[in-house]
Amino acid sequence: MAENNRAVLKLKEKFAASIIDVVEFRGEVTVTVNKDDIIAILSYLKQSLQYNLLTDVTAVDYLGKRADRFMVVYQLYSIPQKDRLRIKAPVAEADSRIQSATQVWKTANWLEREVYDLFGITFENHPDLRRILMTPDWEGHPLRKDYPLQGPGREPYKGRLS
Amino acid sequence: MGVDNPLGDNIITTSLDKLVNWSRKSSIWPMTFGLACCAIEMMATGAAHNDLDRFGIIFRASPRQSDCIIIAGTVTKKMLPVIKTVYEQMPEPKWVIAMGACACSGGIFDTYSVVQGIDEALPVDVYIPGCPPRPEALLYGIMKLQDKIWDEKNSFGSAIGMGERIEPAAA
Repeated sequence: MAENNRAVLKLKEKFAASIIDVVEFRGEVTVTVNKDDIIAILSYLKQSLQYNLLTDVTAVDYLGKRADRFMVVYQLYSIPQKDRLRIKAPVAEADSRIQSATQVWKTANWLEREVYDLFGITFENHPDLRRILMTPDWEGHPLRKDYPLQGPGREPYKGRLS
Repeated sequence: MGVDNPLGDNIITTSLDKLVNWSRKSSIWPMTFGLACCAIEMMATGAAHNDLDRFGIIFRASPRQSDCIIIAGTVTKKMLPVIKTVYEQMPEPKWVIAMGACACSGGIFDTYSVVQGIDEALPVDVYIPGCPPRPEALLYGIMKLQDKIWDEKNSFGSAIGMGERIEPAAA
């Protein structure tokens, strides 16, 4: 159960004020935290709880469904302990920036560039925040829910007869 | 036997067009350039079972030595400048085969990142439908290109400054 998860126990002890939500679904534990403390929490998880592998950084666009539009998601794995943990941090559209995790895990560099490229979330103190998948002159961020599927220059698809 | 042979044995007379077109269509050297799953079928067509070599088709690793480019796969907007550069590096005469649904029209990828048909950028000679086309379909498309080359009129003559190229009447 999520309450007995080793990371949840420690996080509740040390960062009780920043934890927004703890969920367990099918054995996967997700901790939603305040984005202001994200670096302190991530470094604590790496330094003290042996979550030494950052598997993925991604984001979710909750356009029109939540007050804070974006949710940055960190997938962690502990090689010595063989367990996983998911950390999420809500990011508002008006202030779509979060501290870069590159100072904790080097691998966050390209992962955060992808999130920046496709969602337009700025990672502060990132060493090289450029687009990574789209061309450098691309306008817009394609994985945002309000980005037109067929690109901004085209008539939207209206079914098979269009 | 009633046929005059004024030039002696082992001499054949023909037109320049026939000679040039025959040599061009019998030695189409395509650029080795695969973009997606169609490239696997293209490789299968070149391999032993279907054997493109028997048509004089030899894949070249350099656009400078190629006279045909088979657009085999999905063309993304990021890849388009590369394809244009490769096409421009090929010497004349050069032909373009759009292989598969993606190269013809964008295929199932009706999205912001995919070019909706390579004919937006290059002059396509033969379109081959299929997703991906079987080797037989690619062979048929190449034979259609051979027919098209065979029907060219004065394309070599115009290149060396003898008259204009005669475009075929629209079918």
